[in-house]
Amino acid sequence: MSILVNKNTKVMTQGITGKTGQFHTRMCRDYAQGKSCFIAGVHPTKAGQDFEGIPIFGSVRSAKEQTGATVSVVYVPPPGAAAAIWEAVEADLDLVICITEGIPVRDMIEVRDRMRKQNRKTLLLGPNCPGAITPDEIKIGIMPGHIHRKGPIGVVSRSGTLTYEAVGQLTELGLGQSSAVGIGGDPVNGLKHIDVLKLYNEDPATEAVIMIGEIGGSDEEEAALWAKGNMKKPVVGFIAGVTAPPGKRMGHAGAIISGGKGTAAEKLAVMEECGIKVTKNPAEMGKLLKSVLR
Amino acid sequence: MKIHEYQAKEIIRNYGVTTPRGIACFNVDEAVAAAERLGGKVWVVKAQIHAGGRGKGGGVKVAKSIHEVRDWASRIFNMQLRTHQTGPEGQKVRRLLIEEGADIRKELYVGLVVDRGRQQVCMMASSEGGMDIEEVAAHTPSKIHKAFIDPHLGLEDGQADELADKIGIPQTSLHKARVILKALYLAFWETDATLVEINPLILTGDGNVVALDAKMNFDDNALYRHPDIVAMRDMDEEDPSEIEASKHGLSYISLDGDIGCLVNGAGLAMATMDTIKLYGGEPANFLDVGGGATTEKVTEAFKLMLRNRNLRAILVNIFGGIMKCDVIATGVVEAAKQVKLAVPLVVRMKGTNEDLGRKILSASGLPIISAENMAEAGHKVVAAAQGAR
Repeated sequence: MSILVNKNTKVMTQGITGKTGQFHTRMCRDYAQGKSCFIAGVHPTKAGQDFEGIPIFGSVRSAKEQTGATVSVVYVPPPGAAAAIWEAVEADLDLVICITEGIPVRDMIEVRDRMRKQNRKTLLLGPNCPGAITPDEIKIGIMPGHIHRKGPIGVVSRSGTLTYEAVGQLTELGLGQSSAVGIGGDPVNGLKHIDVLKLYNEDPATEAVIMIGEIGGSDEEEAALWAKGNMKKPVVGFIAGVTAPPGKRMGHAGAIISGGKGTAAEKLAVMEECGIKVTKNPAEMGKLLKSVLR
Repeated sequence: MKIHEYQAKEIIRNYGVTTPRGIACFNVDEAVAAAERLGGKVWVVKAQIHAGGRGKGGGVKVAKSIHEVRDWASRIFNMQLRTHQTGPEGQKVRRLLIEEGADIRKELYVGLVVDRGRQQVCMMASSEGGMDIEEVAAHTPSKIHKAFIDPHLGLEDGQADELADKIGIPQTSLHKARVILKALYLAFWETDATLVEINPLILTGDGNVVALDAKMNFDDNALYRHPDIVAMRDMDEEDPSEIEASKHGLSYISLDGDIGCLVNGAGLAMATMDTIKLYGGEPANFLDVGGGATTEKVTEAFKLMLRNRNLRAILVNIFGGIMKCDVIATGVVEAAKQVKLAVPLVVRMKGTNEDLGRKILSASGLPIISAENMAEAGHKVVAAAQGAR
């Protein structure tokens, strides 16, 4: 078992013909069961063509109808990315994973508003995220597949390379992952820490979860407060940005301390109060997780 | 991106917000001429820098004669204005705004931000204008009122009236406040702002509602559709290293410490800074070379870090995923040769082709200190920086 994606997931790639889309589609296809998972591409003017044997369709809807794909991954450049997400939502896909970095916040507010008002069933992961992986089964996104091992640990994080760091530490300690999910570094996104924790809570293959956050917003606090009363499995955490000064955007658009809110110290305190073991040393994320395993 | 007060006022005026009449000036003579053109008996001389807290720092003065305008303008122009947002060295004042005086009956506050939890724009208003709003939020949060705005409806009449009423705008001025609040929201939304702050918004003696100050920040990711706003960028207000970095597609922020760090990925970059601090050091910068770092990018990154005269050591922390460690290692070796590295360099590399990367580093003959993991890297770089002090 796993969360969100597995070896039976059928994926279409929006933006398959761009440089990034091509590169990562190849990497994903070559990972584990990727060949049978990545079955369609979407491009508005290139229907009928193919990318290295993967057929390209003119719209998400026709790709879904003709291949049965229910998940999409988006590499479309920022000016068109929100529209690409909406196209996937309108086609009633189960999940859309948006890798694109640099989408205007206003575009995301509009898409998220429409998703809520129309009560759409599609889940959104990202934008500006590394994607999701279930080791030995499927990788959808830009993470390096080879550092992962199958196992019982769930990983959820806002950042890319810091997730790889955590996964690398776990793998080195002999702890594999059930799934690893990046929710993205933007201020307005889809699935949040709390949503992913809920999924891990219900996943029989997950025994413990490592939650990696960063400064800005209050996602980590909300997830921690929920976990306090509901989480059946141990959770450990790390928050990046203890040293970040207020008002400065630390790379990610979402990583900014504003109005004295969203500091690492505040987040760590709430997480600890809620029974989540935390470390201030990113080199010890894996060890901390190991220490709470039953 | 940030702009000056006078530029923000220009934008909101175009949306129908009332502001005092004013003229932006680039020297003292222009300031005097501006005051004469504005006429009247009272003027305000306002330093234009991007940081807040200008009044407390001595950058905003009221003049009651043309003589006083000249006097204040000459004192403020070119001064190093220090506020709680500028840091101890302050920011040089290169532009002034000369405005007509205002008849203030009440000072209020209005701000707009994106609320991440609700994923909507939030308008905040308070009766406590003219003060540091973060203080108000900390001590009397009940005095801050909020309206969450539906992106398809915009700020509705009822929401505007309710906010105006709650912050003490009298019935007779409610219609005026409604126009101003709705215009502010529209200005925020249509320009892809991340912040609009009017502090204070004032009620004048004759019942008008006027934006006495204005601050606007914009979403960098949306600037491509706002060339008019990009044209307002004032490079003098930005850190030269940060400008240089953005030219090369690097994300760089100067900090106060003496240990430079070069990392791929924003989250890992923050975590690396945290590790340096944890082992007793202070990071000199945040630097994310991104996913597609090339030899050129790594070289530029080294040049940027070395501009900092306080630099005592450098830590390179790379988690090679898609990015291969040998490529980064080659970049580090090239950069170290080009920039004549004079400070200790600690490198920690992990992931794809890490063995090949290490070989390249050790074969280079450069005095590179290598580390196996983040803890060791943090420990070694702090020790190296202390040794170099």
